[in-house]
Amino acid sequence: MEIGILSTSGGKQLATLTVDPNSTLKELKTQIHRLKSHLYPDRQEFRQEPRGKGLDESKTVAALGLKDKSKLYLKDLGPQIAWKTVFLTEYAGPLFVYAWIYTRPWLFYGEDAASQPMSQVSHIAAICWVFHYSKRILETLFVHRFSHATMPVRNLFRNCAYYWVFAAYVAYHVNHPLYTAPCQIQSYIALGFWAVCELGNFSIHWLLRNLRPLGSKERRIPRPTKDPLTLLFNLVSCPNYTYEVGGWVAFTAMTQCIPAGLFAFAGFYQMVIWAIGKHRSYKKDFKDYPRGRKAIIPFVL
Amino acid sequence: MSTPKKAPRVLSLPAKAYLVLYNVIQFLGWSFILYKMVDHFTNKGLNVTGLWEQVEIPLLIFQSAAVFEIVHSATGIIPSNVGITFAQVFSRVFLLWPILYYVTETRDQFGFPLLLIAWTVTEVLRYLYYILNLLSAVPAILQWCRYSFFIILYPIGITGELISCYCALPYYSITQEFSVLLPNKWNFTFNFYYYIVLVMLAYIPVFPQLYGHMFLQRKKILSNKKQD
Repeated sequence: MEIGILSTSGGKQLATLTVDPNSTLKELKTQIHRLKSHLYPDRQEFRQEPRGKGLDESKTVAALGLKDKSKLYLKDLGPQIAWKTVFLTEYAGPLFVYAWIYTRPWLFYGEDAASQPMSQVSHIAAICWVFHYSKRILETLFVHRFSHATMPVRNLFRNCAYYWVFAAYVAYHVNHPLYTAPCQIQSYIALGFWAVCELGNFSIHWLLRNLRPLGSKERRIPRPTKDPLTLLFNLVSCPNYTYEVGGWVAFTAMTQCIPAGLFAFAGFYQMVIWAIGKHRSYKKDFKDYPRGRKAIIPFVL
Repeated sequence: MSTPKKAPRVLSLPAKAYLVLYNVIQFLGWSFILYKMVDHFTNKGLNVTGLWEQVEIPLLIFQSAAVFEIVHSATGIIPSNVGITFAQVFSRVFLLWPILYYVTETRDQFGFPLLLIAWTVTEVLRYLYYILNLLSAVPAILQWCRYSFFIILYPIGITGELISCYCALPYYSITQEFSVLLPNKWNFTFNFYYYIVLVMLAYIPVFPQLYGHMFLQRKKILSNKKQD
């Protein structure tokens, strides 16, 4: 049977493919790649409507109800980059930038800064920061299971600018010779809270990994496990984001530093958007999705 | 794009009357500024000295009044995007107050007349266009002007703005005004000098986008007219 492939931008006919009903969309992508060499499979997304949802490439033509002369839309996702490359740059960047500024380079602080005393909180903050980003790198390497193998390149520049610039911005203030530490009790309590949030965030990532069988792109409703930190799933759809925000709020309280607070707020803002999207997606995909859950802030949002 | 066009917005009579009034006031204000500017150049030639004094009061009043347009877009009585309107008004007000008004050295340099020419001609055209548009009586020649003059005025304007910002830098470097320094309890700093530098750098990505957008608008609107 023949399937017409149309572009999502403009509806132009890109190709006509000869397929049999058991061909998967993945095989169709390979065919298109042979016809248009710049459209490698990771760059392609099939849709049934120009603005519709992306189709799972493991599905067959028959399963989607396509017949002879049917049409499919193809979106060019733009140049793609592998996730491994993404996390090395996005997460390693802030790690090294902060660590470098921690050494009080003359470029930011002048010649005499490195020899001046540093408060205990600044040392602890550096350890927290490095730990957080190391954890992220390790999770991306060993824990997370991605529904899509790549992401658009232009996102990389935008994301890196955000992470790297903010890292420098926060690091500059916390490691400054004129940095003023808050009272110790405040810092220690905040540090404890931070540690719980880091552990909580990891617990959720671990749970989500085990929710998805290896090699599949299946989605299931996440529910609390024996790990008490996962009980947050009873209250929110995205407790990983809740813990992440909690961690940054704790970091801010520990350092009493407005730049850290601005970074926490920026992250919060973005994660609220993601959480609401994910929450809606869950509710749409699962008829029996638990009612009492909010998106990211228990009882509130 | 195959998306259907949105239905044209319907303005209530009070909102329409208010907008006409607002735009008329702005049109008169900017026309006056334009007149004072042309008057200065006619009498003094290409001499910058004294130009600021000629236009100072109406410029401060009528350009600052543009903040109303942010409210207009937020309330929906004009179809513009709030973010874009905010950015445009903010950049003007930023040039006007902390640069031109605050740092007197910026009034005697080459950038000031450049931006003044760009601003006055653009605004006179723009507000006249809005008035006649609200009355559904825009002559083709005005539409052509509005969507063509920008081609030269935009680059002239931003050149003037960037030069003026640059001239204000030494003042803020020395006085550290509007800046927050360390040490302080909240470990917060704000360096106005670097902020101006940041604003200047922002022109690099922003200007091509705005300029390109205007060209797209021009193509869309002027070719539509031909089809009529």
